[in-house]
Amino acid sequence: MEIQNFKTSATLRKTAVLMFLLISTLASHAQVEMADDFRGEGKIYVVIVIILVILTGFFTLLFKLDKKSKRLEKEVTQSRKEE
Amino acid sequence: MCVALLIYTVIAGLLLPVPKLPILNETIRVLHFHVPMWFGMILVFTGSVVYAIKYLKSNDSTQDIYSSQLANMGIAFGVLGIVTGMVWAKYTWGEAWSNDPKQNASAISLLIYLAYFVLRNSIKDEQQRNKISAVYNIFAFFLMIPLLFILPRMADSLHPGNGGNPGFNAYDLDSNLRMVFYTAVLGWTLLGYWIASINIRLSVGQQKIAD
Repeated sequence: MEIQNFKTSATLRKTAVLMFLLISTLASHAQVEMADDFRGEGKIYVVIVIILVILTGFFTLLFKLDKKSKRLEKEVTQSRKEE
Repeated sequence: MCVALLIYTVIAGLLLPVPKLPILNETIRVLHFHVPMWFGMILVFTGSVVYAIKYLKSNDSTQDIYSSQLANMGIAFGVLGIVTGMVWAKYTWGEAWSNDPKQNASAISLLIYLAYFVLRNSIKDEQQRNKISAVYNIFAFFLMIPLLFILPRMADSLHPGNGGNPGFNAYDLDSNLRMVFYTAVLGWTLLGYWIASINIRLSVGQQKIAD
């Protein structure tokens, strides 16, 4: 009786260890994947971010152009007034 | 023209089928956005150096305006190329800046061109400024060529086409990808020239008012 009890507890312990190993490997897997949304969906979001970076770059250039043309407009009206 | 090309680039670049490669995954589509920045930069800098030589020949200050505005656009292309490259590298090479020889070389050549503007703005006399910056422009251009095309090829680089690999084979450019890519290069470069030409026009107008 006692021996059998010991046996069952041993198998129990074994399964517990196995379970622990399984869970830990699962957990480590989850850690590697990091549930990083940016790497999801075939990394398409990276493409979107890069397109947005380029768009912001060109918009900055446009803002600069806008400023420059406004300055020029001012200069023209001023030189007209002087005349 | 350039608008149509870019609309095609964005639609076809995002929707057409691409080769399925590990690690790169869908980011191979960045080929149509990151790489044309560098092609655009080199083409615009080439225009800039041509006008610098023209200036030295003719002493005409409008040539200097052409040269400096094109260099300005080239730097904008270069900065965009570096930033997009860093985002791309973060998700494919694991690090935004892995001290890849080509990354370092492109950063150096950008700094050389930034120094062009520091030099320009530090000289008061206009004639002198134009002349010195034209000479420096030629120097910077011929320094950039080995930095970007020769030196990275002699070292092991993460970039395709370096460390002994042939250039485009490493991209696995299939005909679909290639078609969109060349359109993209043309489109982005024309957009750059467009913005530069508006800048040139404004600067020429400003000069006329000042005279």
